[in-house]
Formats: sequence, C-alpha cells, structure tokens
Amino acid sequence: MKEIVIISGKGGTGKTVITASMAALAKNKVMGDCDVDASNLYLLLHPKVKEKHDFYAGLLPGMDLTKCNQCGLCQEVCRFDAIEVFQGQTVIDSVSCEGCGLCALVCPQQAIQMKENQCGEWYISETKYGPLVYARLGIAEENSGKLVSLVRQKAQEIARKKNLELIIIDGPPGIGCPLIASISGANLAVVVTEPTLSGIHDLERVIKVTQHFGVKSVVIINKFDLNLENSSRIEEFCGQNSILIIGKIHFDNIITEALIKGLPVVEYSDNTVAKEITYIWQKIFKKFY
Amino acid sequence: MIISVASGKGGTGKTTIAVNLALALAGDQENIIHFLDCDVEEPNAHLFLKPLIKKRESIEIPIPKIDGQKCNYCGRCAQICVYNAIAVTKHKVLVFPGLCHGCGACTLFCPPKAIKEEGREIGILEEGKSGSISFIGGRLNVGEAMAPTIIRKIKKKSIEKHKSRKNEDVKIRNQEIILIDAPPGTSCPVIESVKGSNYTILVTEPTPFGLHDLILAVEVLQKLQIPYGVVLNKCDIGNHQVEEYCKENDIPILLSLPLDKEIAIAYSKGIPIVSLDHSYKQKFVQLFQNIIKQFKIVYNRS
Repeated sequence: MKEIVIISGKGGTGKTVITASMAALAKNKVMGDCDVDASNLYLLLHPKVKEKHDFYAGLLPGMDLTKCNQCGLCQEVCRFDAIEVFQGQTVIDSVSCEGCGLCALVCPQQAIQMKENQCGEWYISETKYGPLVYARLGIAEENSGKLVSLVRQKAQEIARKKNLELIIIDGPPGIGCPLIASISGANLAVVVTEPTLSGIHDLERVIKVTQHFGVKSVVIINKFDLNLENSSRIEEFCGQNSILIIGKIHFDNIITEALIKGLPVVEYSDNTVAKEITYIWQKIFKKFY
Repeated sequence: MIISVASGKGGTGKTTIAVNLALALAGDQENIIHFLDCDVEEPNAHLFLKPLIKKRESIEIPIPKIDGQKCNYCGRCAQICVYNAIAVTKHKVLVFPGLCHGCGACTLFCPPKAIKEEGREIGILEEGKSGSISFIGGRLNVGEAMAPTIIRKIKKKSIEKHKSRKNEDVKIRNQEIILIDAPPGTSCPVIESVKGSNYTILVTEPTPFGLHDLILAVEVLQKLQIPYGVVLNKCDIGNHQVEEYCKENDIPILLSLPLDKEIAIAYSKGIPIVSLDHSYKQKFVQLFQNIIKQFKIVYNRS
C-alpha cells in the first residue's frame, strides 16, 4: 500500500484541482482530504456520505459559577491568557484555551471541570472514483492535527479492508501542525508550486519540512509560463536539492472552467493542461510500480 | 484601528490586499501604518514590502527540565500532562519537547519540585521598517507545529509598542492603523490572528472553492463578533455565486478586482500593484473608506 500526499506550502497553488484529477486517473485507490479547515476535494468528487462521526479531541474547562469565588488563581496560572476575572465574574475564552487543565488543577474551590470537546465531524463516503474520507473541523477549533491523523488512519483502514493499493491525500497549506500530521510516514509528497516569489519562498520551507520528517518529495510547477524566469529558479533549487520536477502545467483558465462545472479537469477537457496532468500522473505511477 | 485580512481558502490574495492597502494608506502622512504578518507558517508580505529588519528575537516556549537528583519518579507530571509530553518509567523521565505546549502544569505540581523550565526556540520574531510602515512578522521554525504561540507574540509586541507610543508625543490627529495579514483556514492560527480586530476583510474568488471557504470564514467572524466585508479577487474568472451569497446575506463587497495577467506577473516578481499602476492606489484608498463606512454602520447599529 502506497500513500501519496499533495501539498504546497502556499495556499491556492492548485493542490485540490490536481488531487481530483489524480483521483479520476488512478485505479484501485482511496482518497482522503486532510485540509480539514477548508476541505474542498468533495466539491469536485461529489461523494455520497456513508458514515458520519463526531470528532472529539482535547479538553475544555467548564466553570461552575456557584462554586467560584473569583479568587483569580486560574487567571494567574494560565499562560494562554484564556481566563479573566472581570467585573466579579470568571470568564473563560475557549478560543485561546489550549486545554492544558492547569486551571482545574489549581482551583481551590474545585469550580472548574475539564470536559471533552466535540470539535468536528468526519465522513466516510463513496464517489464514482472510489471511497473518500474527509472531515470538517468545527469553526474556530483546535486539534486539526489530530483530525488529519484520523482521516489518514481511516483511509488506510479502508485501503486494507478493500485491498486497495493506493491512498491519495489532499493536504493542507502551511508547514505547521496539520501539514506535519499529513505527511509524516507517507511514501511520497507531491509539492505543487507556482513561479511567484511567494510560491518559491513557501516551496523552500515546505521542502525543508519534508526533509526534516524524511518524506520523499517531487515537485509540480503549476502555471509555469506565468514567469519563466521564476520557473527556472524553481528548477535550479530542485536540482540543488536533488528533487525531481515531475511535471509542469500551463496557466489556463480551463482549470477554473472545470472547477465551476464541479469536475476534475481531466474529465472536463482533453486540452494541453489535462494532458500535462495525465502525463504527470503516469510518471508518478511509474515511480511506484 | 485594527484591520485584519483573512480568507478560508489559500491563495486568494490576502497578502496582495494587505500589502497594497498598507502602501496606499502610507502615502498619506496623516496615517501611521503598522503591518503585522501573522502567516507565520508561510510568511510572504516581506517579499513585497521588503522591510529593513532592525531586530530579530527568538521565540521560545518553556519546556520542563527534570532535576534527576530531586525526582522520585512518582509520575505525577506524566499524569497531569494532557499533551503526553512526559513519560515516566521506573528510573527515567522522558520529555518530548515537540508535544509540550509550555503550560507549566508539570512544574507547578511536581511534589519534590524537581522540574525547572528552560526555553526551546520554536520560531523567530522580526521587527523593521518599510518606508514609513512599521513591520512586525514572525516565522515558525521548520518542523515545529505551534504557530499560534508565534502569532500571539507578534500581537503582544504590537500592543506593547502601541502602549509605549502613547506615552510619547504623537499627534492626536494622526490615524493609527494596524493591518494584519492572517494565514488561510478557519482554525486556531486564524483565530489568533484576527481576534481583537475592529474589522476583517475576507478575500475570496468567484469559484465553488472560494464560495465554500468564504462561508466557513464568515462563520468564524460571526463567532468572534467581528464586522467583516468581502474583497472579490479575480472577480471575472468564475461565476456569480459569491456575489449572490453576499447579497442574500447582506455582506458588503468592498472591492472587486478583475484578473489581470499584468498584475499576476508583477505579483510573481514581488511588485505591489499600487506601484505598478497609480489608479490602483485610488482603489485601495477607496477600499479603506468603504471599510470605515461599513464599520460606522455596524457601530451605530450596536
């Protein structure tokens, strides 16, 4: 079983568009959407949800105001500025709270109880291209890394059960907690970049993260003809770091057109861009088998 | 006034809007502009503002350091650590620095007081100037997960500076504007960035992805009770669903920018659009005036 993860560092470089096309091109696979903040893959794969589950993670303090005597000790020990004794009332800011539980431990009145926090939902679904696991983190919630790990774990379970040899993961932007949870232990990271200074800057950082966690990576330059000079800078950078550029994709509004129609671009058109993506998929496939 | 620039979806143009708004407003000497780059995972604003960095400081979180002489391996620290950052065996205490949030619970509750804290760097903070714009940004170190901690530091730094300025002799007439470039998404780093703003600009594009993620971002701002409006970037590439959604939900569209290949190329080189074409400066000044207008409407309503 192989697991490939599509990532980018910078957002909006085309991760999901490329993931959806790979989902349409690959055989015997399961898909997972690990961009749990803003999952978009399902908008192109149109799944039928088979199972829906609540996601619980972390703890949040619950305050019993009848016990609280506003002594302020909880506010004093909290390092996340999440508690304030204000106008004779103790107020917990659940957004700032990191759930460490220190307030509950120190409270002399035992007025604080830590409670399990429901902070999202996850779904197992079926699409015309195969099973898709995706999730939705609750608004303004934490623990995205744990939800990402859960999506991957469920996708792996389905692959094992159904004897599928490939897992295709749509990753999150950035280099922090959810990104690390998406790539650790994966077989290949496909990094989608664009020839802009921001794209290059963010590519360099995300590649360092893949190296840090020992994940092999290849690069796709999307919209490469937007700035050829920057595209050759990317090639130079990849050359120096022994990273394969697995393909380049032209700048073409057909990608947006397919998006509006809610289709993977390879299903919408057979023009240059669709051919380029197909060719990239064939190359990735050959790397594996 | 604190204005943050956010979006659910990545790559819609947050940094472009934030940077150009900063530059357009800085053209007026009455304004004092502060720019905070809170996208600490992938900071990009410096590529356009090219600030002269005058100060760099390490951002650390306190992690436990066990005194082997005092420790009696009772296991209390491991028991209370909700992040599983400490494990205690018969004769050994293992600390996993990457999991520690630095809450201090272990230190406080160790019965033989065998835990001290030491700093562990997770990122850096940078301060500088880009023309008259003062710049504070942060970057998370590679391999680190805790972006919100860095964002919190950036904002604290800005507040400290604001307080010290208040004591100085700053002309009352001057208008201080803090612009925050937020990371994409809807989870903790975004919340930490936009929290406390007077107004948030949500940048989106007219595609199904743009609409889907805009709706999520709107939910975030409603939860935080921050007034908001939309900037529709590349407004001519897709369909009209975002405009329809905004109309139905009474969300102001503050500015629409068409896709312009010339702008896309300038962006790729790190050139801000206001310096490319003077008419854009006017558009961004207008954007600010729209924000003020909207802000006043919301303010009067409450």
